Amino acid sequence: MTEITDLGVAALRDGVRAGTFSAREVADAFIVKVSKAKALNAFIVETPEHALAAAAAADEALARGEALKPLAGVPIGMKDLFATKGVQTTAASHMLEGFKPVYESTVSQKLWDAGAGMLGKLNLDQFAMGSSNETSYFGNVISPWRRGGGDNAPLAPGGSSGGSSAAISARLVPGATGTDTGGSIRQPAAFTGISGIKPTYGRCSRWGVVAFASSLDQAGPMARDVKDCAILLENMVGFDPKDSTSLNLPVPKWEELLSGDLKGKKIGIPKEYRLDGTPEEILKLWDQGIAWVKDAGAEVVEVSLPHTKYALPTYYIIAPAEASSNLARYDGVRYGLRELADGQNLQEMYAATRAAGFGPEVQRRILIGTYVLSAGFYDAYFTQASKVRTLIAQDFENAFTLCDLLLTPTAPSAAFALGEKSADPLAMYLNDVFTVPASLAGLPAMSVPAGLDSAGLPLGLQIIGKPLDEQGVLGAGLAIEQRAGFTARPEQWW
Amino acid sequence: MSESTYRIQGETGEWEVVIGLEVHAQVTSNAKLFSGAATAFGAEPNSQVSLIDAAMPGMLPTPNQECIRQAVRTGMAIGAVINKWSRFDRKNYFYADLPQGYQISQLFHPLVGEGQIEISLDDKDPEANVKTIGIERIHVEQDAGKLMHDQHPTRSYVDLNRAGVALMEIVSKPDMRSPQEAGAYLSKLRAILRYVGSCDGNMDQGSMRADVNVSVRKPGAEFGTRTETKNVNSVRFVMQTVEIEARRQVEVLEAGGKIVQETRLFDPDKGETRSMRSKEDAHDYRYFPDPDLLPLELDDAFLEECRASLPELPDAKRRRYEQALGLSAYNAATLTADADTARWFEALLAEGARIQKKGEQEVARASANWLLSDLYGALNRLNKDLDTSPVSPEQGAELLALAADGTLSGPLAKQVFEIMLETGDAAGKIVEERGLKQTSDTGAIEAVIAEILAKNPGQLEQYRGGKEALFGFFVGQTMKAMAGKANPAVVNELLKKALAG
Repeated sequence: MTEITDLGVAALRDGVRAGTFSAREVADAFIVKVSKAKALNAFIVETPEHALAAAAAADEALARGEALKPLAGVPIGMKDLFATKGVQTTAASHMLEGFKPVYESTVSQKLWDAGAGMLGKLNLDQFAMGSSNETSYFGNVISPWRRGGGDNAPLAPGGSSGGSSAAISARLVPGATGTDTGGSIRQPAAFTGISGIKPTYGRCSRWGVVAFASSLDQAGPMARDVKDCAILLENMVGFDPKDSTSLNLPVPKWEELLSGDLKGKKIGIPKEYRLDGTPEEILKLWDQGIAWVKDAGAEVVEVSLPHTKYALPTYYIIAPAEASSNLARYDGVRYGLRELADGQNLQEMYAATRAAGFGPEVQRRILIGTYVLSAGFYDAYFTQASKVRTLIAQDFENAFTLCDLLLTPTAPSAAFALGEKSADPLAMYLNDVFTVPASLAGLPAMSVPAGLDSAGLPLGLQIIGKPLDEQGVLGAGLAIEQRAGFTARPEQWW
Repeated sequence: MSESTYRIQGETGEWEVVIGLEVHAQVTSNAKLFSGAATAFGAEPNSQVSLIDAAMPGMLPTPNQECIRQAVRTGMAIGAVINKWSRFDRKNYFYADLPQGYQISQLFHPLVGEGQIEISLDDKDPEANVKTIGIERIHVEQDAGKLMHDQHPTRSYVDLNRAGVALMEIVSKPDMRSPQEAGAYLSKLRAILRYVGSCDGNMDQGSMRADVNVSVRKPGAEFGTRTETKNVNSVRFVMQTVEIEARRQVEVLEAGGKIVQETRLFDPDKGETRSMRSKEDAHDYRYFPDPDLLPLELDDAFLEECRASLPELPDAKRRRYEQALGLSAYNAATLTADADTARWFEALLAEGARIQKKGEQEVARASANWLLSDLYGALNRLNKDLDTSPVSPEQGAELLALAADGTLSGPLAKQVFEIMLETGDAAGKIVEERGLKQTSDTGAIEAVIAEILAKNPGQLEQYRGGKEALFGFFVGQTMKAMAGKANPAVVNELLKKALAG
């Protein structure tokens, strides 16, 4: 018999509804899995009581014959960037170690309102800054995947939502929240053989999500397949008057309308994404993806996104600029860490607190951001980057006059070993090369697992859609999923 | 429009002063600019702070439409361009009273563009010497909190009640040339804000304060280097700041020194300005558009509502008082200088016209005179103002009506008014209860006159011998004998007759 923890969101939801198993059994099964997976370091805090309470509510509702909530019986993991009332919320930083908000983020509240339970707060790169989970103050997450052939080097689960990706691929949780600023849902999903979607900017409220770069940050679900992502996403989005950038639109029925039939769809292949130095395996997989979407009925066209090569530098100006300002509130005055030796003044407290509370990558980005906003450099960097961002968005608009969706690789490589890139920030930043453009344009984009490389590690393909066309993105994702038949899973070693 | 002749006499000749004001006016609103927290003055420290004001992780600002509306109405009241598209920027700096580590303000695209204010420099005749002062812009921004240094021997405390309160920053052009002009501009601006209702203008509570930019130059020369004296909190202090700072600058320049562009503080106790920080230590504020907020886009319906809700403004009201109500220029100016005074006057006027069944213009002069001399005199004496006046406009109107219809003579009216101030009773009730009604009963008056004449044969003889100045003596005696209640006109008439024999 299939283990409960092998089931995804839809199967768990349906099984609880049908009485195949109780919500309590589901919660118990995952709680045990979580408790035995310390070696992965995917969780910063475990919250079995939260998951059990939600399960009890589901079982009681079922016993009373009430209609179950959309996610009743489904326990999930919560990226530790979402404020959770009374539960430590750290953004994986020393700065917020021990911080327990008195409020609940809009997205997490929606999930609880939908009946989901929380198994714990998932590790991430500190303040969501990183692509490998190595910047977490609480130690890096270790990917459950290993290269074949006896190479036991611990691998990066991707980042920043690396706790989410590791926990899902290790079957510790059926689904989890992620956040994506420049690829932080899609790249870890690709590295761990799972699915993840970043919706259109403004779909998910940012209220209560620790801010990294406000104009780019967007929450989204991560899960083992496309349908599960659709289900979770439906229960995360929606207008929030507390977020000025929230879109005032009804919540689409993505699950109900999900279809892998791509007849009548045109899928664009951006020629600028064929970068020099991209591994042959990834290019081959991309070609395979093209064949799959054709098989699903789509017409494939080549398109051009001429400003692609400027996307990464643009991102690494805008995101740090916003971050340098967003992180100014961590000053030791009101909450979180305070480093104040006897006799020190306010300036000294700021310096000591921020030096101790922020890790090197966060400090690096604050310095970059402060620099690009400073008098004399503002126009050369920030203004210029803002203009290029507009051009990048226009590239997509132009491309979408010729096609409905874009298909690209998610990342330029499979998962790398921990430590392999952490000494070279630029090499690390290059990992975002395919994901950053859609972030800058605020477009919906998802990664779906499509195959394994020669070392047996997962590779993902990315689908980018027009604004608000999550339905199209999910549909193309499903078409690939159906054809890729991706069933590989990491062998349990933890 | 006139040229100011205000000059500072230095050793090298005359110097002209150039002044611009940046006024911070707290927007009248129940809630802060980007949060729902309350804004009442004088509340317990940190009792009016939301999660947003305290900049908790993940908190986001959402604009309060009422604050935007008030700033737009203010812009309209000074004839300014309203920018239908504006945007909020972050001004980044660290301070313990600034929880976010940045102030949300508007640098690049302010809500309100250029406008102007007319100031009057002649107290007697408001139209005689009028100068137009340009307004550069009005933008909205958040206030900061407050540090309290007197709560602990070695530590400072932070009160965030003000943090996030909406301010309008109203930036003038460098169009003022004397302390008097600066004072007149600030007074006029405050009057307009109070009329519009967008700011209570209470400078002593910090809801309005001015940064004073001053430079000096030889008349007609290029602008000199300016200094900015921060947070000056009364009209008088602004005028003092201009005078003191201009004199200081002249002294520095004449001693061969240079003016440093810097921020200064005004010390009213010592009567001096002091350097706070120079341009070299100036913050690099790293302004950039706030990514948490969408650009502010105003539609025509919103603007129309703002315009329609504007009250009659001080200059228009003053002209109407002169032209339609027939008030003197001085009275019209005094009554309209302040929104509360005008409101009180108009209530008095409306009630007076109603109960006397006359047009407002017919009761306007008497109402104005009574308010400005009798009532103001009494309030001054009692150390009260219109808000706390023991006599309401309705009660005032009743008193004036009793005087107008002859029930009360001038002296009687004054007597009744005094009793009103003491007791708060209505004039009619006082007249009734104390029998203070004026009499025109000729028979009674004639009887008293006959008695007076009989008692004063000597004076009567002198009068009839040609010493007509004694008429006043007989009037006085008659009025006294009648306890002031006789109608003076009737007394005059009957006395003349009786004295003539």
